[in-house]
Amino acid sequence: MSAREDILKAIAGNKPASAALPAISFDELIQYADVLAQFKTVLQSIGGVAEEIADFDALKKEIAIKKETGEWVINRIEALGPLDAVDNASATQLEKLDVAYIQGTLAVAENGCIWLYESQMGNRIVPFICQHLVIVVDAKNIVPTMHHAYQQLDTAKEGFGVFLAGPSKTADIEQSLVIGAHGARSLRVFLLR
Amino acid sequence: MSNTLNHAQAAANFIADEPRTNWHNETLWFVRQKRDKAAHGLPEWEKLREWASQIKNHTLSHLDEYLIEFEKNAKANGVQVHWAANGDEHNRIVYNIIQQNNVTKIVKSKSMLTEECGMNEFLHEKGIDIVDTDLGERIVQFRKEPPSHIVLPAIHLKKKDVSDTFHEHLHTEKDNHDPQYLTEAARQHLREKFIEAELAMTGVNFAVAETGAFVVCTNEGNADMGAHAAPIHIACMGFEKIIPKAEHLSVFLRLLARSATGQPITTYSSHFMKPRPGQQVHIVIVDNERSKQLGRTDFKNSLKCIRCAACFNTCPVYRRSGGHSYHTAVAGPIGSILNPNIDMRANADLPFASTLCGSCSNVCPVKIDIHDQLWKWRQVLVAEGYVDTTKKIGLKGMAYLFAKPGLYRFAGKAGRAVMRIFPFLVNNKLNAWYKQREMPAPPKQSFRDWYIKNKKS
Amino acid sequence: MRVGLFIPCYIDQFYPQIGIATLELLEKLGCDVSFPLNQTCCGQPMANSGFAALSKGCDKNFVANFRGFDYIVGPSGSCVLHLKEHLHDDQFPGEAEHIRKHVYELTEFLVDILKVEKLDVSFPHKVGLHNSCHGQRGLHLSSMSEQMLPAFSKPEKLLGMVNGLQLSMPARPDECCGFGGTFCVFEEAVSVKMGKDRIEEHEANGVEYITGYDESCLMHLEGILKRKGSPIKTIHIAEILNGKA
Repeated sequence: MSAREDILKAIAGNKPASAALPAISFDELIQYADVLAQFKTVLQSIGGVAEEIADFDALKKEIAIKKETGEWVINRIEALGPLDAVDNASATQLEKLDVAYIQGTLAVAENGCIWLYESQMGNRIVPFICQHLVIVVDAKNIVPTMHHAYQQLDTAKEGFGVFLAGPSKTADIEQSLVIGAHGARSLRVFLLR
Repeated sequence: MSNTLNHAQAAANFIADEPRTNWHNETLWFVRQKRDKAAHGLPEWEKLREWASQIKNHTLSHLDEYLIEFEKNAKANGVQVHWAANGDEHNRIVYNIIQQNNVTKIVKSKSMLTEECGMNEFLHEKGIDIVDTDLGERIVQFRKEPPSHIVLPAIHLKKKDVSDTFHEHLHTEKDNHDPQYLTEAARQHLREKFIEAELAMTGVNFAVAETGAFVVCTNEGNADMGAHAAPIHIACMGFEKIIPKAEHLSVFLRLLARSATGQPITTYSSHFMKPRPGQQVHIVIVDNERSKQLGRTDFKNSLKCIRCAACFNTCPVYRRSGGHSYHTAVAGPIGSILNPNIDMRANADLPFASTLCGSCSNVCPVKIDIHDQLWKWRQVLVAEGYVDTTKKIGLKGMAYLFAKPGLYRFAGKAGRAVMRIFPFLVNNKLNAWYKQREMPAPPKQSFRDWYIKNKKS
Repeated sequence: MRVGLFIPCYIDQFYPQIGIATLELLEKLGCDVSFPLNQTCCGQPMANSGFAALSKGCDKNFVANFRGFDYIVGPSGSCVLHLKEHLHDDQFPGEAEHIRKHVYELTEFLVDILKVEKLDVSFPHKVGLHNSCHGQRGLHLSSMSEQMLPAFSKPEKLLGMVNGLQLSMPARPDECCGFGGTFCVFEEAVSVKMGKDRIEEHEANGVEYITGYDESCLMHLEGILKRKGSPIKTIHIAEILNGKA
């Protein structure tokens, strides 16, 4: 008998009597008067920066300037220009990536996170390996809680996805918060109205 | 194992450095307070705990079905699924994958399961060294000590300790204690390891039966840096990490970070479904006595644990004794109800490292009745004979006394008389109470004596 | 209503004044109180040390003494919680069940059953309240800081009826004092450290007295206070509510 068989048999023999799943009612969830304001407040508290924009002019200009000054920029947002194809790039190849611009699917007000699909990233490592990360999300795609997010998303649609909340951080050294651990050192979020 | 101090002895050593104990206590209490603040922010907090508890109760009652479903879906996603009956088998499976692929450069993000299995030591003996990439874990790895907390591995260390360690291993400036500076040094050092990694190991916070996906939560991004760089990814999980559906992640992801550190969510909650093209992904599902625990009616609920460590942070004993006093991979209150199942003899002291105050049960996001289980484990351990002879004799004597009212009264009167007439017989070094406390004053009459004299008609 | 007075073993032996205060208070409030003479202990010290299996004799004795009362009241949160959760008698299961359902700690009895709204007593002193764990989290004598639920406190409600009493709470309102039964000797270092820390918080509030509804906690704190030479005294809530001179 394999370990698999042994384990499953032991579990089947030892598991308790059937208990029902709970009924989760959205009526019991926190409601925010202004989800956008809540999202901005929370994002700020976790080390990110949020700004509302009406169009992409400023961002396009920003990308142009960065490229001019020699920063390596990867753009994954169609509205900002041609998409950089990075599917087959290795970590070694992407190591020196300075800034990545990624489109987010939706944002969650209660905790400042944004869902990114792999297809939006272009390459799974991009949002982690870049020094600085910029994400654009439609303001109308801000939902109150994670329950709403999972209701709207199909998180199993692609091979990888992430809820990303702010820049990377750690407090492992005597509980002192340091922004910028192994992932991006900063996160700027632009909410398109 | 006979050289290991029991909790009481280790705790006494820890407390001997009182200022450091105060600092450790304050630091962890601060984390508890952050949890309280986060919990206060959600009016539905207690409801969330109830939902989480019920989802876990349901899952445990259908655990084999969900594991089979998970395996089927994970395989369909291109993930290879392995099963390990115990820690040793887990280690061998990992070793085989390493050998078959001829890899040497290996990184690992936090996995308490691999600690439980003693994986790092096992591989080290085979000449394979793994780089722990969680900052706290890398620090303790350099120092050759185990983590003292399942979420905050280096919580027992001060800035100076980290500075000295990094100076030795990373050649950072001597006596530069700045956390920013030290973290940057770790970032540069580990970035190299990520880029070069041939194999990345991670833990699993949640495994979703419905989709075959698993979720890994970090603040640092180290799990992702390793997993998305390396051509091989091994994810290790205890089988109780299974949850039924993706939508249930909403409940657990809302509770996990708030309970653990007071954050609304970790920076990254990464959902791994399929290997990227050309990548191998393996999941190792481990039992290691969990199925036995599942069969223990009184203790099966301990398997609901989502490893948030809220119980550690609130425990007044843990905060004043430190994780190393528990001599196991998972310390604190939850460890004290999990570990005796794995090795009763070695862990017989743990359920007694508690005053049964109940704080743990009330911060637990999945409503494990931790303090009730601590009480129940005590009964089991005594029945199995894993208790001090002196204690056994003393308590048997007590039980005898309290069953016989006349004898109880006599003993009480005699005891008080001895305390009054020969105080030195009681107030001495042999009396553990007397070490740091005065004894209560012994009155001439008991309440009963007074009652008979004054009230009984 | 016939009330059986339950006086915990260590109160009977070392703190008879608490028993006296409890009895007097209940009588003042109109109860017909009897003290069964052959009571010994509730069984908690054995049970919490893992020796619940040895408590049968003790439990039988308890049931024999306390059967037939409308209520059983005792000035101890932990003892009462233990009885509620663990009292059994194979020979008289019905009686044991009745006791489990009708045993009360003093403050909960005053608030929930007697519904006391005023007390004609004074205690013009600064008093710190220690929320003993088993009474608080087990008997729900008050809300707890861990749970996000409305705040309430039965002991505080009663202390609020005492003239001149200035109540203060320690910085950590419900952290354990460290007594924990046999824990107090088998994990002596942690036990005392926990007690010392509690005391420091009360000292920071400048209290003259520390009170609570569990003398085991107060006995442990008192032991440390005395060793320290502190002027702070401990006093059981029964004595305050009964009108200590």
